[in-house]
Amino acid sequence: MHLISESITYVILFVALYIEVFFLITYFEFRDKENKTEKIILPVKYPSVSIIVPVWNEETTVLKTIFSLLKLNYPKDKLSIYIVDDGSIDNTWKVIQRFSKNKQIKLLRKENGGKYTALNYALEFIDSDLVGCLDADSLVHPEALKRIVAKFEDSEMMAVTPSVKIFEPKGILGLIQKAEYIFGIFLRKVFSYLNALYITPGPFSIFRRSVFREIGGYKHAHNTEDMEIAMRMQKNNMKIGNVHNAFIYTIAPTNLITLYKQRLRWVYGFIKNAIDYRGMFFRPQYGNLGMVILPAAGFSVLSTMYFFGSMVFSWINSLVLTIKEISTVGLSFKGFSFDFFYVNTDIIVFVSFIAIVGTLLIIVTSRGLAEEKNIFGVDSVLFLMFYTLLAPIWMTKAIYNVVFSQKTKWR
Amino acid sequence: MEISWKKYAYTFLITAVIFITAIYLSNYFSQKKINEIKNIESRIAVDILASETQFSLLSELSCRDIGSSFLSKELATLGDKLAYTEQNRGSDDAEVLNLKKYYSLLQIKDFLLMQKIKERCGSNQANNGLSIMYFYSNEGDCADCEKEGFVLTKLRSDYPELRVYSFDYNLDLSALQTLVSVYNIENKLPAILINDKVYYGFKSIDDMKVALPFLVELDKQKAKAEAEAEALKAKQATSSTP
Repeated sequence: MHLISESITYVILFVALYIEVFFLITYFEFRDKENKTEKIILPVKYPSVSIIVPVWNEETTVLKTIFSLLKLNYPKDKLSIYIVDDGSIDNTWKVIQRFSKNKQIKLLRKENGGKYTALNYALEFIDSDLVGCLDADSLVHPEALKRIVAKFEDSEMMAVTPSVKIFEPKGILGLIQKAEYIFGIFLRKVFSYLNALYITPGPFSIFRRSVFREIGGYKHAHNTEDMEIAMRMQKNNMKIGNVHNAFIYTIAPTNLITLYKQRLRWVYGFIKNAIDYRGMFFRPQYGNLGMVILPAAGFSVLSTMYFFGSMVFSWINSLVLTIKEISTVGLSFKGFSFDFFYVNTDIIVFVSFIAIVGTLLIIVTSRGLAEEKNIFGVDSVLFLMFYTLLAPIWMTKAIYNVVFSQKTKWR
Repeated sequence: MEISWKKYAYTFLITAVIFITAIYLSNYFSQKKINEIKNIESRIAVDILASETQFSLLSELSCRDIGSSFLSKELATLGDKLAYTEQNRGSDDAEVLNLKKYYSLLQIKDFLLMQKIKERCGSNQANNGLSIMYFYSNEGDCADCEKEGFVLTKLRSDYPELRVYSFDYNLDLSALQTLVSVYNIENKLPAILINDKVYYGFKSIDDMKVALPFLVELDKQKAKAEAEAEALKAKQATSSTP
């Protein structure tokens, strides 16, 4: 039994290290190539763009989102904003009426049907060259659209994703999410280099309008329509790019319950969509996405669960042992004396050390991409300390929900 | 969609090199630890041999010359390190088994030497003749062995003069089997041998003190010494007050 669990641990460690090395090699290989070629920072021409803002009971945040869109540095005659009230039962519709006379903004209202229906409803009215979506809990950097549009100079580019950061992170949870999102910027960059982006995030991913004509609109997709549309695009060989300095700021959940609900929806959505698109796994015709990125994403869920399970098991074991010792001989304090002999020198320690060094390198690199002032911060420390303890909470529930067919909710 | 199989292979190679390096480093340190145990064992062997030689010359050596340093102090350290190694490398590991056999032999020799001193010089020499022989099994057939281990560790830390000899009952070592048959120790573990008497089953610290009354005597001596030290402290405090 011990041999089996040890072998599983080594196999998982090997795969995890392989993925980390692969990401780092890819990043530095393409970064050097990118540095050698001339960068397109600003668009040569300005295509027409429509941004859909689906709202449902967002009376407190919607204004900030709209104002940030209006402040975008983009020709006003080329930018339209579609606000779709998806049957709000609060004052959202009333609040957005202040834009009823704004020529750039179109207000739409429909019965509640979920985010994907609001997006599809707006798409019926849109015939611009490019179309994007912005969740009502997010704000855009004034230069974000220009930087994204420049990427469409490549005629094969069908969608472009931005970099999402946390808006004014507060508290420990906010800081952990800040570091997590910054980490995500690195991953998205690497995935784009590998032509393997499988999520076009709700906040400000921009598509060619033709994408929806060719492959259809958004689907319910287990409440993760931003993943499904990207998977469908990849299946249809449509190119998705990323602009790491097109920043979007999203308001993060401030307490554990809302964070748990959000992440549960994401992980559940990922697993369900992965099952729906299982035909893409380990298929060379889907390139790096099929051969590495999708299997790696699935592997990350399973490996996190395995290591968390092992950690909890070992904690329980040592707790039981301590209780047994105390109940047998009472509480006794042993003096501390360092002896190298008792330092753990197992293979797992050295491999973990290399893996941690790799993770630190990714953190430092991603902070550079995210244009953070410091190469390491308190948020990075908190992320390293607590994320692996937090993530298994929603992962366990997501796996449970998938196995026992329990659906997740938006909120 | 392009796939760079070459990059997959290179990544595999780099990962494998990291893993092989980790395996090499782990083996290197593991071997270093084994060597450390071997060194301790050989030091103990020399200590015992030296003491035995000294003992043979007893006719020219007075009993009062046998001090606390007569018996090796490293047996307990060796036992701890061996237990840690066994836990990490597994009890089936050939190297661990060899070290354990040698350790058991050293313990038997140390025990015999102590017995000889006791016979010739009485129980007041060396360590007052305080010793416990403990037989355990780690084959899953001894539910109370873990608890008994806690008791003996605690006793050893509270009474450094107490010599605890622990033996794996199932160890394939003829000298150990002879010891088992000499003292007629049955396979009802944990088994404890104190002053030629065998006790079976879990024995608490209090049970041990009943079997080894000298431990109670030591407690009294310690309490007395502590009280005297306190009194001296108080006296010094009053005399230094103007």
